[in-house]
Amino acid sequence: MMGSENQEGGEARLQASREEMESLVLDGDDGRDHIGNSITSQSYANYRSAMTTLSSSFAASHHPLSFPTPADSDPLLSPPSPQPPLLKSPNSPKPRTTATDDPRHLDPPSYADVVSSPLDDSIEANGGSESPSQHSENSASSFSRSPFSSSDYLEIVVSNPQKEAESSKNSIVPGNNAYVTYLITTKTNISDYGGSQFSVRRRFRDVVTLSDRLSEAYRGFVIPPRPEKSVVESQVMQKQEFVEQRRVALQKYLRRLAAHPVIKKSDELRVFLQVQGRLPLPTSVDVASRMLDGAGKLPKQLFGDSRSVMGPQDVVQPAKGGRDLLRLFKELKQSVANDWGASRPPAEEEDQEFLDRKQWLHDLEQHLTNASKQAEALVKAQQGLADTMGELGLAFIKLTKFENEEAVLNTQRVRAADMKSLATTAVRVSRYHRGLNAQTVKHLDTLHEYLVLMLAVHNAFSDRSSALLTVQTLLSELSSLHSRAEKLETASSKIFGGDKSRIRKTEELKDTIRVTEDAKGCAIREYERIKENNRCEIERLDRERRTDFVNMLKGFVTNQCFNLIGDHTQPKTMAWLT
Amino acid sequence: MIPTQLQRSGSGSTQSPRSPSSQEPFLSVSVIDPAKMGNGVQAYISYKVITKTNLPDYQGPEKIVIRRYSDFVWLRDRLFEKYKGIFIPPLPEKSTVEKFRFTAEFIEMRRQALDIFVNRIASHHILQQSEDLRIFLQADEQTMERARSQEIGIFKKKPADLMQIFKDVQSKVSDVVLGKEKPVEESTPEYEKLKRYIFELEDHLAEAQKHAYRLVKRHRELGQSLSEFGKAVKLLGTCEDNALGKVFSEVGDKAEIVSVKMQREAHHLLMNFEESLKDYVRAVQSIKATIAERANAFKQQCELAETIKFKEIDLNKLRLTRSEKLADAEREYDVLKADGEEATRRFEAIVQLMNEEIVRFQEQKTLDMGLAFHEFAKGQAHLANGIAEAWRSLLPKLEACASS
Repeated sequence: MMGSENQEGGEARLQASREEMESLVLDGDDGRDHIGNSITSQSYANYRSAMTTLSSSFAASHHPLSFPTPADSDPLLSPPSPQPPLLKSPNSPKPRTTATDDPRHLDPPSYADVVSSPLDDSIEANGGSESPSQHSENSASSFSRSPFSSSDYLEIVVSNPQKEAESSKNSIVPGNNAYVTYLITTKTNISDYGGSQFSVRRRFRDVVTLSDRLSEAYRGFVIPPRPEKSVVESQVMQKQEFVEQRRVALQKYLRRLAAHPVIKKSDELRVFLQVQGRLPLPTSVDVASRMLDGAGKLPKQLFGDSRSVMGPQDVVQPAKGGRDLLRLFKELKQSVANDWGASRPPAEEEDQEFLDRKQWLHDLEQHLTNASKQAEALVKAQQGLADTMGELGLAFIKLTKFENEEAVLNTQRVRAADMKSLATTAVRVSRYHRGLNAQTVKHLDTLHEYLVLMLAVHNAFSDRSSALLTVQTLLSELSSLHSRAEKLETASSKIFGGDKSRIRKTEELKDTIRVTEDAKGCAIREYERIKENNRCEIERLDRERRTDFVNMLKGFVTNQCFNLIGDHTQPKTMAWLT
Repeated sequence: MIPTQLQRSGSGSTQSPRSPSSQEPFLSVSVIDPAKMGNGVQAYISYKVITKTNLPDYQGPEKIVIRRYSDFVWLRDRLFEKYKGIFIPPLPEKSTVEKFRFTAEFIEMRRQALDIFVNRIASHHILQQSEDLRIFLQADEQTMERARSQEIGIFKKKPADLMQIFKDVQSKVSDVVLGKEKPVEESTPEYEKLKRYIFELEDHLAEAQKHAYRLVKRHRELGQSLSEFGKAVKLLGTCEDNALGKVFSEVGDKAEIVSVKMQREAHHLLMNFEESLKDYVRAVQSIKATIAERANAFKQQCELAETIKFKEIDLNKLRLTRSEKLADAEREYDVLKADGEEATRRFEAIVQLMNEEIVRFQEQKTLDMGLAFHEFAKGQAHLANGIAEAWRSLLPKLEACASS
């Protein structure tokens, strides 16, 4: 664990002092210190003799400071209070075998989880083999509310980023457009997949495609948002750190998708995870091309040559992602009318419960943001304390060595022994607390996860709003079509025998109205469908949120209860004073 | 008077505060009651110095005087001048930053350090007999002020001078480069070792003290962020229904309680651990000053020896030429000889004293550090247990919530 800690982008000095701490010979360890070098019997003997000297000097001396503290006020002399059994087996996911067997592991057996630096996620990306840090990623992103007790599971690992060059047959620009692919390994027992383990290579563009298709197919659902695209040059793209960050982000994203009860069974995800070679999903066309296409059709639409109406098959998609500029304009006009118009929109969001819920979610988001920020600060402060404690220990180790080397009087050696006890204790405390802090990070990560979810909830709600807008637009359109039809009727009724052109127009208008009515029906059905999706998802989230938050608090508080002195699995560190 | 402070200051063979009327002579001092005097730029802090004693020269059994920091500085300077070879107990530093001069924490730290300072002097078998100490402890305020303003500038060693001497002690090369003659320095192996030890010790201690101070700060920072986190958790709980919301609220409250514990430990660390280390550093710096004095004395002795040699040569020349200047020269020579013996005596006294002082110093420091480490461990254990207990009380409720 210490080795991987060294790779974080911390101060070099801190790294150096961490390395120093690794090579410390810690006395009285009973061999528990996996990291430390062999405990020489010589130093242990020194420790022992210093102990007896110290205790006898305290007993025998008439030094005024014979500690008058009664036993109950000195916590070191009183026996530690009985520990609740909870502390011995903290609530955590089942231990994985590789974690405890890993020789890099330092921690006491009271931690079933891997204890590693929070930045460890960035380390082990070699060859897709699961390493301790990826175990930590496992426990981080999957909430412990139902680890693997549910019958179906979907385990995903993203690893092994590789540079590949795009064969530029089509491109005019010469040279290689290099991009990165990632190895995505899946283990599952879901029947649809028809297999239990498989791997594919995907690039980030594929992930964008997956995300877009999911958004279209699952309107109204709270879909975890994908990692962001970066508008960066290829130089940065190839930097190790960036690639590693992206790998971690991708893994998190895919795992969140796999945790969603509906999406994990989706075709889109399955195809993404399973199908070798090119991703068989329709790619998203970029905005510019869509606009160009749309602009091409627009004149025809305006002059009525082709169908200017929205057909039922169109209304199930939102206007934004499509090429129908006219529809975009109509809906935009409608939304402006909604906001600024004198009259109320044709159909309104009436569901008061929904509106209340929206407000509540807004508050939740605010508080989550705040709590998440404070959690970061807290973790940083805990880390700072642990680090400084370690540095203090190191400084005293150096002092001890110095006094021992330069000792002329025996009292110096006694002092050196004292210092050494303090120093080793300080270093031990430092390590212990750094381990505890890593756990705190994991527990409080729930806050960050839910912040991300809030974003997804916004998307789900805006699906609903845009569906409603489509309905409203159609309703407005219908009412204006009807009034046009009426006008034509009255106009043509004034002419005896009818007006051929007007009659033709009326017929056309009636057709248009029919199609638009169908579209309206579809749009309303779609809107209701999305509303229902919203409702189910919010309910699900509510349940999950309560469980997750309780577990977060429980985990956090349990962790804070851990106490080096009270932890019986730790060697007696303060014994030198009793 | 705080018993621990008194006990920390040293072996008090003359301290038996029980019976003022007993035969055994004793002298105990306490520095208390800091009070702000004056206004604006000229404001300063005054302290009450209470002396309890049965010594004949002192106005017993108890005398109270008012003193300020510069009075203590006067005492230290006088003792340094008079008692060369003895490690004069160190004073807390002047405050460089105006902002902190009057913070409660700074004043308390200074008061504590001043108390220790005076007590160390009072319990040193040689220093306690000093006339200057008696003046400091007994004289009325005007006398004290007169004495203080007289001495400024005369005995004050400028830091620059001291630094120069240290540099000479450390690098002989500079002398050669500057074209001086062979360096006049003691160079017995033991003394060299001692000097090296003292200089390196200061570096090590300064580093430890730096980390100790940082540790205090970290405790404060953690306390602060725990408090903020607690508030944020409480706010988050307002989004939840009754049962869960209450749990959030309680977690938030607990975080606040733990935050307070953190702050308390930060203060405890500062006063009992970090100050001890600072005090250790100051003591080592005082030793360096004594080393400089010893170097001075040695130089004087050597220079006088040289001058005497040359005078002898001159004398012999004059004897041969039967000059009338002979009588004068002989008289001068005698004076020089006496001076030389005096210089040698002074130097040897310093050496002797230093040898005793070193032993005393080492033993004292082992005791002081032992206490400081004990305080450290005690404080940290107390904090850790307190924190664990506080959070533990929440667990049953959380457990109930989780299973419901």
